[in-house]
Amino acid sequence: MGTESAPRPLSPRFGEFGGRYIPETLVGAHEDLEAAYDEARRDPAFQAKLADLLKHYVGRPTPLYFAERMTRDCGGARIWIKREDLAHTGAHKINNALGQALLAKRLGKPRIIAETGAGQHGVATATVCAMMDLECAVYMGTEDIQRQSLNVFRMKMLGATVVPVDSGSKTLKDAINEAMRDWVTNVRTTHYIIGSAIGPHPFPTIVRDFQSVIGREARAQMLEQAGKLPDVAIACVGGGSNAIGLFYPLLDDPVRLIGVEAGGSGVGSGKHSATLVAGRPGVLHGTKTYLLQDPNGQVLETHSISAGLDYPGVGPEHSWLKTSERAEYVAVDDRQALEGFQALTRTEGIIPALEPSHAIYHAMQVARTMRPDQDLLIGLSGRGDKDMHTVAAALGVTL
Amino acid sequence: MSQQLRDLFARAHGERRPLFVAYVTGGYPSPEETVPILLALEAGGADVIEIGVPFSDPLADGATIQHANQVAIEHGVTLRDCFGFVREARSRGLRAPVVFMGYYNPILSLGEARTAAEARAAGADGFIVVDLPPEEAGSFLTACKANDMSFIPLVAPTTRDARIEKIAAVADAFIYCVSVTGTTGKGNVAVDDLPLFLGRVRERTDLPLAVGFGITRREHVEAVGAVADAAVIGSAIIAAIDAAETDRLAQRVMEFVKDVSGR
Repeated sequence: MGTESAPRPLSPRFGEFGGRYIPETLVGAHEDLEAAYDEARRDPAFQAKLADLLKHYVGRPTPLYFAERMTRDCGGARIWIKREDLAHTGAHKINNALGQALLAKRLGKPRIIAETGAGQHGVATATVCAMMDLECAVYMGTEDIQRQSLNVFRMKMLGATVVPVDSGSKTLKDAINEAMRDWVTNVRTTHYIIGSAIGPHPFPTIVRDFQSVIGREARAQMLEQAGKLPDVAIACVGGGSNAIGLFYPLLDDPVRLIGVEAGGSGVGSGKHSATLVAGRPGVLHGTKTYLLQDPNGQVLETHSISAGLDYPGVGPEHSWLKTSERAEYVAVDDRQALEGFQALTRTEGIIPALEPSHAIYHAMQVARTMRPDQDLLIGLSGRGDKDMHTVAAALGVTL
Repeated sequence: MSQQLRDLFARAHGERRPLFVAYVTGGYPSPEETVPILLALEAGGADVIEIGVPFSDPLADGATIQHANQVAIEHGVTLRDCFGFVREARSRGLRAPVVFMGYYNPILSLGEARTAAEARAAGADGFIVVDLPPEEAGSFLTACKANDMSFIPLVAPTTRDARIEKIAAVADAFIYCVSVTGTTGKGNVAVDDLPLFLGRVRERTDLPLAVGFGITRREHVEAVGAVADAAVIGSAIIAAIDAAETDRLAQRVMEFVKDVSGR
């Protein structure tokens, strides 16, 4: 989505994936959103406003950091870290929340709803709503409310209403169902800021475009700081917004792209969230994509130590990148993610969120197989403060 | 296209008699009780029966039908089990046309052509797929046509005029008009808004119109019947099932339908 060149037309599909599988009540709102976004992305005033807020409010560009000690410890490729954890509110989610809130303003909708898993998207949305004076309700599974109580309190402080969701697995998937039900009811006044590159068209495209700032910056920073593009780029994938944001500007470059899913207790155990590794195509939340489902098309419950990856679907563009073999996808389990978490914390003094800890663990394995003159880029999607209770519990420590 | 559905609506139209459509989730409260409930719906006065196909993520449904879906899934009820309910009910004398209402993924999972063919073979008449707007329905429409099944599209109050024509173009039996913006089971049908809404639809199609969502009482059914070709009632039937004594379930369902339909 560069302002320098004419944007490509908005396509509802990524290969066979994507589309708009939604109740009729919501079709008009999606058409309006598509039209508004298509105008906005061509509107220099909108782009200037977004760029200004990204710089002065979010604190962009976020740094690209050379992880010297981790590089030495792994003994292979040079490891570079794109520091989305340093963005305002502590994760990449703000990039999308900000862009979509500006769109809501453009649509004249005074009320915002959102779903959240780890709470980072909820916090980001509550934050921009406070800043832009929008009413905000955030749907969150009761299981996630319990394991992310700090973020729940942050959202409330920011003036948002946190609506507990007690249906199904009580996690992200059910929060999305409940947000959709709210939207079906209040669509005339409400915009739904979906937090990942999932959902019906045009959401996967909008979220990808707003998150592509990650990859655009990282690409330029690699060229400047390393003097070349990375050989490999790695990011964690739940819905996949930070990964698609990192990958998209690198798609036409000779960069190996690896998405890391949550292996939970192990892909063989059935208790995981590794959608692209272990799922098959289906339709959930308005989009055709890989899904974890039973043989009868019922969507399965997922498990991960990280609330933000605990989702049985995945962004449709990732499904396309998988089947077209442009990107590869692997699973890293809870235990390995904790190992990645501790490694980055100890060697670099950076406490990552549990979500990107999956990517860090896999990056360490891949770096070891690479030469010292090669470069590996990790998308560090968020910081780990929110996960301290979970990590402590997993390590058997009582706080 | 289901000739049975077409004939039924044409006959009712000739008699100026609004039809009554009754919904129940397949496999709720248990697979064993579903067929007796289907027969009770017809005995109580249902002209058309909708069987809800259980889905794990029914995002257009309110709490009542969500719960029914969940219970049915816990019983292991599948799309093919729903075909089985129709087959058995037909063998036990059910005559009313039956349409399945549900979400796309179980259909996609079984296969669209296989779904339409097996549904037809079981004696069903059509499909209402809540999350399959006409733009995405191409291959399933083809499968329905090839098997004499009706595809029943939905129109909502938020549907724009130009789009109504597009939707009507894929319908062959009737159009399902969603009475309110919202989920099922809120009991909030906006009767006063219906003439304007249905008028917009009627200006663009001659097909019969059924109205559902938010209809819970006899007054609703009567008010809807005055302006539409059919009224659909769903969550209230699930609630009647929940309120019934287990040993008199079918009887209570029949009484409720009789009462609410005015038959």
